[in-house]
Amino acid sequence: MYEFNYQRPGDVASAVAARQGNADALFLAGGMTLLPTLKLRLAQPAELIDLAAIPDLVGAHQEGDVIKVGAMTCHDEVARSATVREAIPALSTLAGSIGDPQVRNRGTLGGSIANNDPAADYPAALVGLGATVETNQRQIAADDFFTGMFETALETGELITGVTFPIPARAGYAKFANPASRYAIVGVMVAETGGTVRVAVTGAGPVVFRQAEMEQALAADFSPEAVAGISVPADDLNEDLHASAEYRAHLITVMARRAVAAARG
Amino acid sequence: MSEQGIGASVRRTEDQRFLTGRATYTDDINRPGQKYAYILRSPLPHARIKSLDVSAAQAAPGVVAVFTGADMVADGVGGLPCGWLVHSEDGSPMVEPPHMPLVTDRVRHVGDQVAVVIADSYFAARDAAELIEPDYEELDSVASLGAALADGAPLVWDEAPGNRSFHWGLGDKAATEAAFSSAHHVARLELVNQRLVANAMEPRCYLAEYEPASQQYTLYTTSQNPHVIRLLMGAYVLAIPEHKLRVVAPDVGGGFGSKIYHYAEEAIVTWASRKLSLPVKWTAERTESFVSDAQGRDHVSHAELALDKDGQFLGLRVSTQANLGAYLSTFGSCVPTYLYGTLMAGVYRTPAIYVDVQGVFSNTVPVDAYRGAGRPEASYLLERLVDHAARDLGMDPVELRQRNLIPADAFPYQTPVALEYDNGNYQATLAAALEQADYAGFEARREAAKARGMLRGIGVSCYIEGCGIAPSQVAGALGARAGLFEVGTVRVNPTGSVTVLTGSHSHGQGHETTLAQLVVEALGVPLESVEVVHGDTAQIPFGMGTYGSRSLAVGGVALQHALNKVVDKSRKIAAHLLEAAADDVEFKDGNFVVAGTDRSLGFGDVALAAYVPHNYPHEELEPGLEETAFYDPKNFTFPAGCHICEVEIDPETGVTQVVDYTVVDDFGRVINPMIVEGQVHGGLAQGIGQALLERCVYDEEGQLITGSYVDYCMPRADDLPSFNVSTEKTLCTHNILGVKGCGEAGTIGSPPTVINAVINALSPLGVTDMAMPATPERVWQAIRAATRH
Repeated sequence: MYEFNYQRPGDVASAVAARQGNADALFLAGGMTLLPTLKLRLAQPAELIDLAAIPDLVGAHQEGDVIKVGAMTCHDEVARSATVREAIPALSTLAGSIGDPQVRNRGTLGGSIANNDPAADYPAALVGLGATVETNQRQIAADDFFTGMFETALETGELITGVTFPIPARAGYAKFANPASRYAIVGVMVAETGGTVRVAVTGAGPVVFRQAEMEQALAADFSPEAVAGISVPADDLNEDLHASAEYRAHLITVMARRAVAAARG
Repeated sequence: MSEQGIGASVRRTEDQRFLTGRATYTDDINRPGQKYAYILRSPLPHARIKSLDVSAAQAAPGVVAVFTGADMVADGVGGLPCGWLVHSEDGSPMVEPPHMPLVTDRVRHVGDQVAVVIADSYFAARDAAELIEPDYEELDSVASLGAALADGAPLVWDEAPGNRSFHWGLGDKAATEAAFSSAHHVARLELVNQRLVANAMEPRCYLAEYEPASQQYTLYTTSQNPHVIRLLMGAYVLAIPEHKLRVVAPDVGGGFGSKIYHYAEEAIVTWASRKLSLPVKWTAERTESFVSDAQGRDHVSHAELALDKDGQFLGLRVSTQANLGAYLSTFGSCVPTYLYGTLMAGVYRTPAIYVDVQGVFSNTVPVDAYRGAGRPEASYLLERLVDHAARDLGMDPVELRQRNLIPADAFPYQTPVALEYDNGNYQATLAAALEQADYAGFEARREAAKARGMLRGIGVSCYIEGCGIAPSQVAGALGARAGLFEVGTVRVNPTGSVTVLTGSHSHGQGHETTLAQLVVEALGVPLESVEVVHGDTAQIPFGMGTYGSRSLAVGGVALQHALNKVVDKSRKIAAHLLEAAADDVEFKDGNFVVAGTDRSLGFGDVALAAYVPHNYPHEELEPGLEETAFYDPKNFTFPAGCHICEVEIDPETGVTQVVDYTVVDDFGRVINPMIVEGQVHGGLAQGIGQALLERCVYDEEGQLITGSYVDYCMPRADDLPSFNVSTEKTLCTHNILGVKGCGEAGTIGSPPTVINAVINALSPLGVTDMAMPATPERVWQAIRAATRH
C-alpha cells in the first residue's frame, strides 16, 4: 500500500465536499475490493474518504411498498434484517450468500454496486427486483446503472446513498459460487413484481443482464419447467479457469430454474 | 495405560499458547536496530538481464543498501545446494545447475530473486524497489512438461539438453517386459498429478543478526529443520562454521514440506546482516508465497498393469515425467525418484516392476516435497490403475485388490522396487474399512441417491507409504548428501523435572505433547514436569528435523533410546542407595523397588542423588542424569491402510460432494490417538483438496494464473464430511516403540479414493476417467460427453 491521506466525515454533505475537486480521492465503503487493490499497489489514491461514520447511510426499513437500504449497510445486516426477510426473502438469501462472515460484516451494498464486479451478487438483486439507486444528486434505475464491467452510471464525485427495492410478489435467487472465491460464477435473480417478471443474471457476462426469453416464458407460466428448456447462447459470456462460456450458459438455465423454484417456495 | 502415557489422548499442551495468541512466530521476533528486506522479483518467466541499475533505489529515503547477485558473487557466496544426487539409467549424474540466491544473468521463473533492498521499514524498502528497472531481454519459456520436452523447446538451462536433469529408472526391466509378454490383459492409463501450492498458514519469514564482536550469526527462520539449514547454508552457501551460526526455528505455523528447504532469502538476509552489521528481517507476503515457496507434485505418467486371466498382477510398467521447476530445490531430485518409484509395489505382490522418471526443468517455481512427497503420486497412480484394471476385467475393485494383497504371513516382504516391508496386515485394514463403511450396503444408498436425482459413487484405495527414510548408509549409497538419523536428549533436572531436547521440529504436529508422553511412560513423571525443547541449534545437540512422517518413527525412537539410558543409570543409582544389586531393582510407576521387598525409592530421589552425590557410586558412575541418543533406523517404517469414500454428484451442475469417508490406518503403536486422528483429518482435507479443488496453473509462457486465493481453491470445512477414522496396529518390527508415523497418510490415500468414487458415480453413464481436480465443469463435461453418445 502506498501512503494516502484519510478522512472520516460524519455526514453525506461533508463526504461529497471532501471529494469535490480532488481528482485523486476515492470513497471507501467496506473496502472489500479497494483495500486488497491498495495492498497490491494496483491503485494509488491520494486521499481516502471513509464513509463508515455516516449514520444516515446505514439501515434497512420499509416505506409503503418499497424496502430502502442505506448504501453503507453491510451484507450481514441485510441478511439478518427481519424487515428484509419478511418483505423480500430472496434479498436476504442473496446477501447471506456473499463471501464469508468477515466479508459480510465489512462489505456494503453501496460499495458492491459502485464497484460493479461482474461476479458480484447485488447487481442481480437490483436489476432482478427493478430497484432504484439513490445518490446525492439523483435517482437511477438499476437497468441504467450497471453500464459495463466495473463501470456504472455514477459521475465522478457522485455518492450512492441507498437503494430502493420494490417489494415483489415473489422472488428467488440461485447462485453457483466459484469454489475458490465464492463469487458468483452464475447468479440468477427471478422476481415477479407488479405483474412483471424480471430475470437478472450476474457472473456469466461482463455485466449483469436480463434474460428476455426467460422473462417472457415466466410471464406466461411462472414455473421451473417454463425455463428448463431454454438454452442460453454462450456467445459473449465470461470464460476463465473455473468455467467456460458454454458451462456458464448451461448454468444460467439450471440456476434460473432453481431460482423460480425458490420463488415459488 | 497411564492417563498421560503411551496410548492416552492427552490434550495438546502447546495449544494454550496457540489458541490465546501467545505463540512466538519468527515475525514476532524483533531485534534492536533491525532493518527490513524487500526482494525484487522477476515479473517474467524467462529473461536475460541486460542491465540492472540500482542507483535510484540506493538513493531513496530510508534505504540502507541494495544488493544484487553480482555483489554476492563478488563476496564468494555459493549456490543453494541440492540434497540428493540422482543418477540416470545410463549412470550419468543429474544435471545440477547453479542456484544462486540472487540471480546473476538470467531470471528463470516469475518470482525469481533479482535484487534485495534493505531499508528502515518494509514500505521504504518496497518503495525503493520500484525504482529499480531491470533491462530484461525476454526469452522463450516453457511452463508445462509437454512444452519443456517438445522437440526444439527453449532451454531453461543451456547445460540441460532437452530440459532433462535426469532420466532415472528402478526395477528389473527385462523381467517386467517378460511379464507383459505373457499377460492375459494389460490395463493402461494416462495420468496427470497436478501441481499444488503448499499454503502453510504462516508465510515464510527470516530474521538474521550478525554480531561483529563475537562474529556470531543468529538466524530465526520458519523452518522444519534448523540444523539442516545451518549445515546447508553454513557449509555450502555462506561458508560460516557451525560454531558461529545459530539457527532458531521458533513456533512455525505449518510447513507441509514447504519449509524443509534452504531458501534463497535465508542466505540473503544472513549475508546482508554481516555486510551491514545490522539485524535484517524479511517476511513474505502471501502473494510472494505463491511465487517463491516450493510447490508440489506436477507429474504426467503413463502406467500399465499386466494381469493374468484370474486377475493376478504380473507386472507394472510406469513412465513418468516430473516437473522440477526452474531449479533443483533441496529435495527436488529425490521426491520423484526414491520417494516415488520405490512405492510402486503398493500393498500388492506384483512380481515385476519397472519405473522410469524424467526430471524436467521448466520456467516455473521449483517443485519439492509437499505432504506425502512422491508417495501420494505413487499411490494415486497405482490405485487409479487397479480400479481401471478391475473395470476392464469386469471385476469388483475390492475383489481384485484382495486377490493381490501381500499376505499377512509373507513379511518381511521384499518388493521388486528396492524396499523390504517389515510388517503389515493389509487384509485386516481392508476388511475393517469395508465393514465400517458398510461397503456391502452401498447399492441401496446409490438407489436412494438416484431417487433424489443424485449420482452416488463409492471408491476404495489401499495405500502404503515409507516413512522415516533410512538407513543413512543406504540413503547415502543412493545419493543422499545428508544423514537421516535423529537425536534425542533427556535432561533430568535435580528436582526430578525433565527437559527433552529433540532434533525433530514441531510446526503443528503436537510433538510437545506426544514426546512428553514417552517421558511420562518411561520415567513415571507427570506430564506437567516435562518440557520439550525443539528448533534451536544452540540448545539441541543435532537434528535432521521433521518431514516424511519421521518425527516419532525416528525422533521419538531416538528419545526412547535416551530414556532407556536414563532408566538404566537411574537403576544403578537406586541400587546403590537401596544397597541392592541393580538386577534386583525393578522400576515401576516412577519407583525403584527391590524385588520381593518393600524397599523402594522414588525417581525424584534418584535424580536428586545424581546431582547431590553425597551417597553415590562414584567408582561406577559419573554424577548427573542426562543422556543423549543418536538413532539411525535400520529401515523405513511402512504405515498402510484403506480409504473408502462416497460421493454424490449433482448431474445438473457437476458438483461433487464427499458425503462419507472411512479410513482404517495401521500406524503401529499409537502414542496419542487424538493427535493421530487430527493428523489424519488434516491429511484428508489436503488430499480431498487435491482431488476436487486445488490446482496450480501457469499459462503457456509461465505466468501464474492461480496466484491468490481468488483462483487457488483451498479446501474449507464445508467441503468436507465428518470422517470415520480408526486404526489397526501391527507393530513396526525394527524400532523399539513399534511406531510407524502418521503425518502424511491422509494425503497419500485420499486422492485416488475420491477420484475412484467420482468415476464410480459416473460409471453407469459410461465414464471411465476423471482428472484431478474433479471440478464441477470437468464432471459436467464428462457427463455431457458420455450422455451424447
